[in-house]
Amino acid sequence: MTLHTPFLHLLVASVSAALLSAAPSWAQSAYGSTTSSATANPLTASSLHQRALAATCANCHGPEGRVTAGSAVPGLAGLPSAYTVTQMKAFKDGSRPATVMHQITKGYSDAQIQSVADYFASIKP
Amino acid sequence: MYNLKLSSPTSVLSRRGFLQQSTAWGGMAALSGLGLSACATRMPEHAKVVVIGGGYGGATAAKYVRMFSQNQIDVVLVEPNEAFVSCPMSNLVLGGSKTMADITTPYDMLSSKYGITHVKDRVTNIDAAKKTVLLARGNAIRYDKLIVSPGVDMMWNSIEGLAAAQASGQILQAWKAGPETMALRRQLESMRDGGVYAISIPLAPYRCPPGPYERASQVAHYFKQAKPKSKVLILDANPDVTSKGPLFKKFWAENFGGMVEFRGNHRAIGVDAKANAVRFETENDVKADVLNVLPNMSAGSIAMSTGLANTNGRWCNVNYQTFESTAAKDVHVIGDSLLAAPLMPKSAHMANSHAKVAAAAVVAQLSDVAVNPDPMLTNTCYSFVTDKLVVHVASVHQYVAAEKTFKTVAGSGGLSPQPNELEGIYAWNWAKNIWADTLL
Repeated sequence: MTLHTPFLHLLVASVSAALLSAAPSWAQSAYGSTTSSATANPLTASSLHQRALAATCANCHGPEGRVTAGSAVPGLAGLPSAYTVTQMKAFKDGSRPATVMHQITKGYSDAQIQSVADYFASIKP
Repeated sequence: MYNLKLSSPTSVLSRRGFLQQSTAWGGMAALSGLGLSACATRMPEHAKVVVIGGGYGGATAAKYVRMFSQNQIDVVLVEPNEAFVSCPMSNLVLGGSKTMADITTPYDMLSSKYGITHVKDRVTNIDAAKKTVLLARGNAIRYDKLIVSPGVDMMWNSIEGLAAAQASGQILQAWKAGPETMALRRQLESMRDGGVYAISIPLAPYRCPPGPYERASQVAHYFKQAKPKSKVLILDANPDVTSKGPLFKKFWAENFGGMVEFRGNHRAIGVDAKANAVRFETENDVKADVLNVLPNMSAGSIAMSTGLANTNGRWCNVNYQTFESTAAKDVHVIGDSLLAAPLMPKSAHMANSHAKVAAAAVVAQLSDVAVNPDPMLTNTCYSFVTDKLVVHVASVHQYVAAEKTFKTVAGSGGLSPQPNELEGIYAWNWAKNIWADTLL
């Protein structure tokens, strides 16, 4: 069925105008929790690479290091950077017992561990 | 002037009605840039990034393009299914400790939380020159970048009679989780005590190396409780168990007694549906009550038909730093469909890992910043040998520019010492967390 009235045209036009003008902040704030603390900063190669490296932890530790409710696998978001670094090193040298983390951490360099730790420290849990 | 189509007079202020009207004005291009939630009625004509396939690879890629680009890059995901059903953990449905609902996650968060447009359709063709994908319904969508994650498809012709036996519902694969998973479970439930379940495994590489052995373990776990006189026969084209071999074999011997039998070097060439038998290249026919025959696998059909599967006509070759196809510019391919790098398994965890590297590369290239020179991939693969006991295999892969491929990092990775309950807990939590990472 096709409807065409001047009223309808005006009504929809004004709704459209309102939506379009409100768009930029709405588009960002609707998806707020998906962005890192660097939202306000323009995309740089180094921030992107840091974020992508941290994302290699997300498969087990949840997106942005935020785990699902009741997860026995610990979350990483918000952990102090120095803590994460010491834990990763303890897994790597065997002083902290693990089922899999000793095997994973041996794949990461000290610089990569620092980068990942810094990233998660910047994320709100 | 304007043709305003309304489904009902009150729908003028509903989003659905609004989007239908705005299509007539050509306002869709502006609106799609706002990241509005997807609507089944809305058909985009262009997106900066189109993703084919909503599995562990594609869904992750779509989501991470949005995240890495801080929602500046619009994404269309073409995936026909209503909800995501996980292959990992689906063997637990066969074993009886989980339900289909436990392994199913809806897709709608990708739209509502990340502003991805989910088009419920299939892609029937890719025109890499015109940078367009063609949908089954006839529409075309133009892309700046295309990410293809088509998974695997069964090479039916590799086993004579199998396609017909599968179509009739008699000889199933259940290697893409969904209705076939339940159908196979029903076959096991209906089987008489004292019957035989046989799984036939193709030569590697195939999707999920430890998967068939986890399945055999799950079926044995079920039989041990419900039909203890029954048998599980593993008929493997490979000479030996391809993943976690010593761990599986020790557990089968110690926990299932003589119930589980492994026979290597059994390469299936045909099935006899009437006789319920599998025929082999060099070994005698084997009859069973429930036959679960896995043929050779290849890259998913869209990769095969478009030439993205350009190695041995079977797997997709890519530039591993960015996952860009060697067959088509600005087309990135990820997941099981790839020609594997050394020691790179075809796993869900790996597809999710690929997706993030590809998403970062795509965002970098679209944003004119440098692509990561040394991306990383990790994999952890958990196998349930009962409802509670698990073994894992883990690996860490570093891109090595000098060799233009991913190599495992020396000294990293490894296996469980033995099946254990703690890892059973971690394994289920891994599933919940990776589903959140991929879809929520």
